Amino acid sequence: MKSSYIPMTKQQQEAMLSAVGVKSLDELFSAIPEKLRLKEDLNLPKPLSEHELKKHMHTLAQKNSDTCENSCFLGAGVYDHIIPSAVQHIISRQEFYTAYTPYQPEISQGVLQSIFEYQTMISELTGMDAANASLYDGATALYEAVLLASRFNGRKEVLVARSVNPEYRKALYSVLKYSGITIKEVDFNKEENDPAGKSGTVNLEQLEGKLSKDTAAIAIQSPNFFGILEDIKAISQKAKEIGALLIAVCDPISLGMFESPGALGADIAVGEAQPLGNPMNFGGPLLGYFAVKSPLTRRMPGRIAGETTDSQGRRGFVLTLQAREQHIRREKATSNICTNQALCALAAVSYLSLMGKEGLKEVATQCINKSVYTYQSLLENRQVSRVFDAPFFREFVVKPKIKPSVLNEALLAEKIIGGYDLTAEYPELEGCWLVAVTEKRSREEIDYFVDKVNLMCREGL
Amino acid sequence: MEIREGLYYSKDHEWVRVEGNRAYVGITDYAQDSLGSIVYVELPTEGKELSKGDVLGVVESVKAASDIFSPISGTVVEVNQALADNPELINESPYENHIAVLSFEKADELKELLSPAQYEDLTKGE
Amino acid sequence: MMRDERLIFEKSVEGRIGYSLPENDVPEVELESFYPVELLRETAPEIPEVSEVDVIRHYTNLSKRNYGVDSGFYPLGSCTMKYNPKINEDIASMEGLAQMHPLQGPQSAQGNLEILYNMDKYLSEILGMERVTLQPAAGAHGEMTGLMIIKAYHMHRNDSKRVKIIVPDSSHGTNPASAALAGFEVVHIPSDERGCVDIKALEDILDDTVAGLMLTNPNTLGLFEEDILKISEMVHGCGGLLYYDGANMNAIMGMARPGDMGFDIAHVNLHKTFSTPHGGGGPGSGPIGVVKELVPFLPVPVIEKVNDRYILDYDRPLSIGKVKSFYGNFGVILRAYSYIRTMGAQGLKVASQAAVLNANYIRKKLEDLYEIPYNRICMHEFVLSAQKQAKNGVTALDIAKNLLDEGIHPPTIYFPLIVHEAMMIEPTETESPETLDNFIDIMRQLAIKAQEDPESLKNAPRTTYVSRLDEVKAARTPVLRWKK
Repeated sequence: MKSSYIPMTKQQQEAMLSAVGVKSLDELFSAIPEKLRLKEDLNLPKPLSEHELKKHMHTLAQKNSDTCENSCFLGAGVYDHIIPSAVQHIISRQEFYTAYTPYQPEISQGVLQSIFEYQTMISELTGMDAANASLYDGATALYEAVLLASRFNGRKEVLVARSVNPEYRKALYSVLKYSGITIKEVDFNKEENDPAGKSGTVNLEQLEGKLSKDTAAIAIQSPNFFGILEDIKAISQKAKEIGALLIAVCDPISLGMFESPGALGADIAVGEAQPLGNPMNFGGPLLGYFAVKSPLTRRMPGRIAGETTDSQGRRGFVLTLQAREQHIRREKATSNICTNQALCALAAVSYLSLMGKEGLKEVATQCINKSVYTYQSLLENRQVSRVFDAPFFREFVVKPKIKPSVLNEALLAEKIIGGYDLTAEYPELEGCWLVAVTEKRSREEIDYFVDKVNLMCREGL
Repeated sequence: MEIREGLYYSKDHEWVRVEGNRAYVGITDYAQDSLGSIVYVELPTEGKELSKGDVLGVVESVKAASDIFSPISGTVVEVNQALADNPELINESPYENHIAVLSFEKADELKELLSPAQYEDLTKGE
Repeated sequence: MMRDERLIFEKSVEGRIGYSLPENDVPEVELESFYPVELLRETAPEIPEVSEVDVIRHYTNLSKRNYGVDSGFYPLGSCTMKYNPKINEDIASMEGLAQMHPLQGPQSAQGNLEILYNMDKYLSEILGMERVTLQPAAGAHGEMTGLMIIKAYHMHRNDSKRVKIIVPDSSHGTNPASAALAGFEVVHIPSDERGCVDIKALEDILDDTVAGLMLTNPNTLGLFEEDILKISEMVHGCGGLLYYDGANMNAIMGMARPGDMGFDIAHVNLHKTFSTPHGGGGPGSGPIGVVKELVPFLPVPVIEKVNDRYILDYDRPLSIGKVKSFYGNFGVILRAYSYIRTMGAQGLKVASQAAVLNANYIRKKLEDLYEIPYNRICMHEFVLSAQKQAKNGVTALDIAKNLLDEGIHPPTIYFPLIVHEAMMIEPTETESPETLDNFIDIMRQLAIKAQEDPESLKNAPRTTYVSRLDEVKAARTPVLRWKK
């Protein structure tokens, strides 16, 4: 079989076999015991030419209904933001996307400098001293942060707010199961106005009650899974009092508007940077970011780019602090991570460069304006009711008159992807709906959404 | 490779200088040479109690990170803070720059360490 | 040509914009009423203010200081830097596939779920496994997942004695690192004089405290572990499991399968064997396949087909849970799917055969000038030692840096750790004999120069954008961000 990806011709193959000193290709595989050699071809579909493959993929795409076809009011950790055209062009440059990890820095200054710029921007947004070159996603960044904290202070307990993204908590439980670290959960205030303006936020009394000399870290999310902002400062004070680290999971778009976790006293900031120039990709690849205050710099997992000079005194960049990584430290490494999400980080730094400080603020502003407008419009019609009363960013919880699962199915027929049904993850929030509204939603789309919701709730389904 | 007289040595390339019941611990010339330019030293905290063989600290270069194993049991009473800002001091004078000082009781453990001659044999083989 | 070394921040001009957003068409929220004032940011983050032109020029110029597989030869051992087919890129950006929210519900994502389900089938077939999970985001992540499954399996049998994982001394660093992360004690075993697992050493170490053995086959020396069936028998005999690090899968596609060798769990790197681009360091994807007995432990959700519909099955009581959010790096999986559909069974087999022939060809043409520690028929990669050259002061590092001046990405150096001055060469099947001959010529010239004029090879590279960089300074006083 000939392939456009395999240049060797039959003639050349003969010559090469001769040069190697074997009579056949089979002879090259003689080290494999006869018993193990496959006698038949693998059972895979027949190969497709480019044209046929495109048609096949098109057929598959038709079985999907994507966010270009539908207006998306779903968030829950991954968001439908506007991505500037230029981003795709930058990450499509072959010198970036077909390049290997920059272990040979002299021919990798492109990747290394862009990582350095990315690290700088993440540090700026989070108010931290240093950031790494990326981790797989927000969930894995969180468990890496917890592991770091426990190794740093030797303590074996972590307090995690229930208002942290459920996917993150599940990964945390799974990965930490045999680590010797105990996970304790802290609940959120449930009742509206109890305390006033704070329902949906972490229950500080409960938090205090669960802290001990064995607490390595407290992990909270702000805006939390319900879209609600937490009092990072108050929680950081409680962490400091007991000598625990504070891990804050923060959305990067929100950091264009709100005070940084670093300024509010967090020791580690992690989260999902997909909203920065990366499509939702059906859940991956995403972009985990990781940033710390300086005492923790050398303990950061993953790759890190650093500035230095070459033999002629010119500025250049290298992967640094590598001695802590798996390829050198092996079982004592800060983490096992090797490949990270470099191209997604390039998309993020391109996005931030294009948006600039003004654009980022404008995106955050429109997310606020549009989500608040949607919230108020929905409540006005009284077919959905309030659940929490604390201020939110980009996402909010309401309780519609009909079940979210039923509502979502009907909305899909109207080309709307509805919010997240909280019932499964939060039994006490049965029938509650987490709705996200980004700058990408126009007033028209929002009004249409609100009208449909009202109609469906009023008429019952 | 310099091997100094009057010191005890461990198989893991640490040296020990005893003054009363205080033991100064560092890494040998052979060790610093193998590591290359040292970029960072993770120092132990004062007051830490160590058994023989426990990890006392870590010495990092660009291409390696080596655990320092405590050659004897004891309590860390002093660390060489100068190494925090100038880790390269170990490359320059490995025997003048200890990493930590331990107060110890089990003098017997010293007998288990190597003499300069024994250490020389060890490093010749490597 | 003018050399612009500025960072993007250093090009910032106050008031300049590079974005285009729709105008706000809804009522404006009074921020100070809606939010506690102290939560609002006082100082904006130092994100640069530049135009689209600035950004495109900046990153375009940066890209020119970089080198991809599309630029030239990349014989990095253990990385399988094969050509990244462009059709895969087109497919990945095809309308209807990527702009999907993972939680939008199976009924509107049947196309994507079909792709995931079929990838499970294809990879199971290629690996000889029962089922495959696509959730792990990279090889190391897959290793961790596999080790978590090993742990869960033994705990389920109420066998908590099994605390050890054995890895060869030639293994990739992620193996012991992943084992440590999964809560195991790591025990290294030596290789024998043939470069393979020392069977006697293995025998001595196997007992009922061993949870499993991690192996790459062919190993990191590019040599097939001929005793694999015996090894498998021994490990299973003592009650342990056998884990396959699939980094070297490019050597044996369609020729042999880890499942048949006795492996219980196997990961593959889609960004190696299955042609997805390396991205400058990711994203990758590290799916793992398991034998029937281990299927219940797979992470959730598992994509199942019920009455011609694809569903997400979370109802799996023995599952290890999740290792990251959602289903895996779908964008990467999509490209690998496209590759497998392009190559088919025959294509994958021909790829492995060509990869192995290419590696042996280079080996034969360099064996007179470079030391090759285990010089026999290799698989898709081989390791040479620059010890001879190092005696004249020309190290593997020097050779690598001289290759940069020749416009070739160097092979992997100083790995595996068991060979001094190691250079691991993996050409892959996508390179032509002409490219190989060019590389061979250059390597031969370097060997000759190392003999006759070693001084001329020091201080390379000279023609790259920067010359050798001070890595000691970077590690001693780390500067990890720009400051205004």
